[in-house]
Amino acid sequence: MDTEKIIITEKLTKRFADFVAVDAISFFVNKGEIFGFLGANGAGKTTAMRMLCGLSKPTAGKATIAGFDIYRQTEKIKKNIGYMSQKFSLYEDLTVKENIRFYGGIYGKSNIFIKEKAALLLHQLKLEKEADKLVGDLPLGWKQKLAFSVAIFHEPQLVFLDEPTGGVDPVTRREFWNMIYEASERGITIFVTTHYMDEAEYCSRVAIMVDGRIEALDTPEVLKSTYTATTMDDVFLQLARKAQRSELG
Amino acid sequence: MTAVAVNNLSKVYATKKETIDAVQHVSFDVARGELFGIIGPDGAGKTSLFRMLTTLLLPDGGSATVDGSDIVKDYEAIRQKVGYMPGRFSLYQDLTVEENLNFFATIFNTTVGANYDIIKDIYVQIEPFKKRRAGKLSGGMKQKLALSCALIHRPVVLFLDEPTTGVDAVSRKEFWEMLKRLKQQGITILVSTPYMDEAALCDRVALMQKGKILSAGTPASIINAFNNTILAVKSEKMFQLLRDLKAWQGTEDSYSFGEYHHAVMKKEFSEEQLQNYLVEKGHPDVEIKPTQPNIEDCFMQLMQS
Repeated sequence: MDTEKIIITEKLTKRFADFVAVDAISFFVNKGEIFGFLGANGAGKTTAMRMLCGLSKPTAGKATIAGFDIYRQTEKIKKNIGYMSQKFSLYEDLTVKENIRFYGGIYGKSNIFIKEKAALLLHQLKLEKEADKLVGDLPLGWKQKLAFSVAIFHEPQLVFLDEPTGGVDPVTRREFWNMIYEASERGITIFVTTHYMDEAEYCSRVAIMVDGRIEALDTPEVLKSTYTATTMDDVFLQLARKAQRSELG
Repeated sequence: MTAVAVNNLSKVYATKKETIDAVQHVSFDVARGELFGIIGPDGAGKTSLFRMLTTLLLPDGGSATVDGSDIVKDYEAIRQKVGYMPGRFSLYQDLTVEENLNFFATIFNTTVGANYDIIKDIYVQIEPFKKRRAGKLSGGMKQKLALSCALIHRPVVLFLDEPTTGVDAVSRKEFWEMLKRLKQQGITILVSTPYMDEAALCDRVALMQKGKILSAGTPASIINAFNNTILAVKSEKMFQLLRDLKAWQGTEDSYSFGEYHHAVMKKEFSEEQLQNYLVEKGHPDVEIKPTQPNIEDCFMQLMQS
């Protein structure tokens, strides 16, 4: 196993009947990277991500996540990754503290670990006063920060973030990215999708999916010079406009 | 002439536990034929404001008129005159595309044929799927159908609540191009969005946060009111650079901004002082250049002041 690469895929493919949602994608993600995964709605991002998380079985191709095979070792993959979905993975009618305890428990952490880490987490998020509030009553920005913290509560090697910052104000959005950087400094690899093109600039490398394929993959700097663009927004528009298929419902 | 006049409008939600001032003494005017943007994050009060203006929610204070009709007294008249596309898809999922459109036309006592010219541009894109149930459409097609249904009675004022949230950059561009064409047909449009970059596409905007309007005007006038110098800064170690910028006495604020960080400079500090400080802090490769603020810079300054 290559210890420096935390994700390796080889011609990874997912078909739904005649429709090829993900079309033989091959790429890798280095340990410690902040890897941006971009694409128009319907390009195949979520399908690809679900396969990488061990939630959906590929139709063909190969992949390993943290050294584990995505066909045979999905349970091991799930223990070693975190996942924050677009639609929150938090329980709205549990309190902040209950949500943290619940996720700690699911990942098999001891009561002492959960208690100590929860206290630290609430302190870092400045959520001590809200610890016994229902998550449903929190503002969106706090929910997002809490959902991210919960997704990395078990200190996974790798975390998948599916459009984590939609709808919040620009300050909160940047606070969220600071949390991403901090997790990355602690050695957690980040795999993130976003519709905000300025956020693509914050990534070490960016892959752009079009019609189920990876059309471009490189650092933001190289992508911009390859496509003679001044911003990642230009790069994205040039590539995404080539899309032939319309999005799925 | 004024299409929408909002005067001190307020909305309060009271629960047993707390009261939420969703909209607080908001005032602004929208001229006829204008494309007016309400720019603000989740929880700013945009939806409450739109629901009051479309007579779906009663205000707790202040007043407003739409096309000269009062939003409380003349609610029936307003319902004839406005089109409203809510943030959540709210057409009939188990009616077909065509059935939905006919349904909305009939409700307003008109026919699709009578007003086809106004929706033609948008509707032709989904017409091939007119026999498909609305629930089976893709996100982009649902959006086009919802817009067609909101327009089919030829409204004077169109309200669009976050039409581009969660939509990718290409589809967002296309949607704004559709709005521009509708504007050319003389329809007044109020559109809300959490995307700061969309402000530039509006004639005038109101920046909204926590129930209040922080600033309103043309995008250019809001940007002109930004009084500080902004320097765009870049080095090899971007995260450390941000920490160093935040720790320095010469910056009023600093934050990441795409490829560069933005350093909002205090008046008494110079680019040269910043350069010296950052070299000393271990960024020998630092690149600094003056840059123009955009709406996002303005929003952040206004929300923190």
